[in-house]
Amino acid sequence: MAEASPVPVLELSGIVKTFPGTRALDGVRLELHAGEVTALIGENGAGKSTVVKCLTGIYQPDEGEIRLDGTPVRFDTPQAAAAAGVTAIHQETVLFDDLTVAENIFLGHAPKTRFGLIDRAAMRRRAAAILKGIGAEIDPDVLLKDLGIASKHLVAISRALSIDARVVIMDEPTAALSHKEIEELYELVEELKRQGKAILFISHKFDEIFRIADRYTVFRDGQFVGQGHMYDTTEADLVRMMVGRSVEQIFPKRAPRIGEEVLRVAGYCHPTEFEDIGFGLRKGEILGFYGLVGAGRSEFMQALIGLTRPSKGVVKMGDKVLAIRSPAEAIEAGIVYVPEDRGRQGAITQLPIFQNVTLPSLGRTSRNGFLRMAEEFKLAREYTQRLDLRAASLDTPVGALSGGNQQKVVIAKWLATKPRVIILDEPTKGIDIGSKAAVHDFMSELAAEGLSVIMVSSEIPEILGMSDRVIVMREGRIAAELAGEALSPETLVRHAAGISAAEAA
Amino acid sequence: MSLADPDMAPVPRNIPDRLGTPAAKILKSWEALLLLVAVAVFILNSFASPYFLDAWSLSDATFNFTEKAMIAFAMALLIISGEIDLSVASIIALASTAMGLVMEAGGGTGLIVAAGLATGLLCGAFNGVLVTRLGLPSIVVTIGTMSLFRGLSYIVLGDGAFRGYPAGLAWFGQGYVFWVITVEMVIFVLLALAFGVLLHKTNFGRQVYAIGNNPTAALFSGIRVARVKMILFLMTGLMSGLAAVCLTSRLGSTRPSIASGMELEVVTMVVLGGVSILGGSGSIPGVVIAAVLMGLVTFGLGLLNVPGIVMSIFIGCMLIGVIAVPRLAAKLRRA
Repeated sequence: MAEASPVPVLELSGIVKTFPGTRALDGVRLELHAGEVTALIGENGAGKSTVVKCLTGIYQPDEGEIRLDGTPVRFDTPQAAAAAGVTAIHQETVLFDDLTVAENIFLGHAPKTRFGLIDRAAMRRRAAAILKGIGAEIDPDVLLKDLGIASKHLVAISRALSIDARVVIMDEPTAALSHKEIEELYELVEELKRQGKAILFISHKFDEIFRIADRYTVFRDGQFVGQGHMYDTTEADLVRMMVGRSVEQIFPKRAPRIGEEVLRVAGYCHPTEFEDIGFGLRKGEILGFYGLVGAGRSEFMQALIGLTRPSKGVVKMGDKVLAIRSPAEAIEAGIVYVPEDRGRQGAITQLPIFQNVTLPSLGRTSRNGFLRMAEEFKLAREYTQRLDLRAASLDTPVGALSGGNQQKVVIAKWLATKPRVIILDEPTKGIDIGSKAAVHDFMSELAAEGLSVIMVSSEIPEILGMSDRVIVMREGRIAAELAGEALSPETLVRHAAGISAAEAA
Repeated sequence: MSLADPDMAPVPRNIPDRLGTPAAKILKSWEALLLLVAVAVFILNSFASPYFLDAWSLSDATFNFTEKAMIAFAMALLIISGEIDLSVASIIALASTAMGLVMEAGGGTGLIVAAGLATGLLCGAFNGVLVTRLGLPSIVVTIGTMSLFRGLSYIVLGDGAFRGYPAGLAWFGQGYVFWVITVEMVIFVLLALAFGVLLHKTNFGRQVYAIGNNPTAALFSGIRVARVKMILFLMTGLMSGLAAVCLTSRLGSTRPSIASGMELEVVTMVVLGGVSILGGSGSIPGVVIAAVLMGLVTFGLGLLNVPGIVMSIFIGCMLIGVIAVPRLAAKLRRA
């Protein structure tokens, strides 16, 4: 079966990269072949992003060798990596909203006129050609901010292609895309393969790995675990390699004990974002909120905790009517919101873990307004341990943690306020399987303890696996409330997209 | 992989509170480096001039930094929170003018001091409302109020000056508590302690850091961001008012050009003290050492009869140098 593997385009061996307190990469290897897609698989914190940064010249490995066509190379700067034809499309690609599409594509390597000025005509022409080549119907003169997320992605890919890359690294390229857009991306990847480019594809989604990759490489805790051809492996094998144990059941079994009504929302309206939202939430219940991106779920939740003002509507907790005008008042009322955007809204990444955890609970850890560090460490340890956080110390800045562990810190921070209602907005988006399971288990534990959970999620398995009841939102309104038998992938999608049962049939 | 399954449940990992000892952290800190530089300057000064190592001349030298440092402490918190106040020197001018007006109207020392402090507080409130209520950027607001406040002072005084403050007022800027220890020195030390405790030991201080690092996440975390910033502007205004009282007392007169350019010296002091101009980090001990360091350098150069303009060149170079050296060192280590 060992077909004669030609020399890989790019080969890493024995790569070691250490940071204070952690060994992010511990002798990993990785091979990328021309015209093939290699999937890099591993939990968050396994070292995937670090290896990408070593490949793109952002980090320099402490030990080990990078070989391009068999010749050892060093990428001391991102420019050196780009010059060697290695390019990456990152999770959050850095593009510039106020520049045009063409300017974004050629930023830093724009075609020049003989006077050394930017040759705009040539730049537009070449941008248009690249966009056409990937089947993107985007006007090169449009400002980037006027494009949707999917189109921005295509611009990022065009940018990668504009430097005539031989190695294309795609880090979670489908994270923000719709179903149709993902299909288009797959076609694009096929096109890149035909052009003989070596592609490194990083994703948490197994269906897309099996769909698109030719080879796989698995990392775990900064170490190389294994590699091979996709046709030789199964999903279960890969998961076992990733987590070092077998995964039978993703969602915890629970026997919900649902109590009396805790929260009642009636007639909640906002001038532009949502209209007439009303529902009840009971003690110990997990209430799912499903809908397409832009259905107004997050906007409603943020109004509920006082970040924005609703135009009308009533929120009652028990018999008490609440008038929440700021997150601080929401916390006092016992309602907390774990936002979707961890880095921007959830964590203060520069501050240490314990300070993040205690930030909304300072009133409890302090005395007369004076900090008590010992109390802070105690509180932080209590909640981070419950969530099985992995970190070098509680004094480590949150930014040094992997995405899954950052999310654990953010959830710990909110739980430490001892809320009665916790709203989780896309709690497991972009985090690895192990952390996902920890978050899910914890969520069901909390519900069992009598906390009421609202979970906003766009992942159907998560909605189905976790919720006792689901509210589907569409275009700012409640489209359906589903539970029990009525709850299925088909009904969710139908209500979210606004397709009637007859049409769907 | 249900973690609720007892066989699979992982043993909770014990995460240590900290790595390394606090002492090791202090040794590697910015403050330690600054202190080293300050000691070096002190030694150089004592060799450079025979008049340096004298209790009375050292006491005189403290006036180089005490008034600026009063404002710098509040400014440090403001800059850490991600805002800035460039109007502080103009607040001094307006506060001093208000003091003069009260004196002309026959007010005693108590009323004069109260007028200075109240004017400072009002100016701070004006800046704070514009920034926190209207959401304007503080750098623009305070460049505007910098002209506005001093402009008002010029309208009142023109080419003239207020003189003839009551003898009681002289205590603030010319008084001694004990031997060579001036009243201003005592105020400096007390404020250093108060602001140090406020920033490093209270919930309020923690919230200042949180806001400076990520105002959005701070808001989501239930911090009343606008209120914290408003308090910081009020404090900066009040400290400018206090500096106006001390400076007016020391000079014994008010001209509209009083404290010209002091805002940049205050900001220099704060940044030299290790406060990130982008917000989010810095410490009061750093600002204290930076204040003393700047005082030492100014005094040392003064003893050597170096003209004022050369002094400001020197201070500017020192600022860039002290900030650039650690970065250069880090670069060299990597290469």
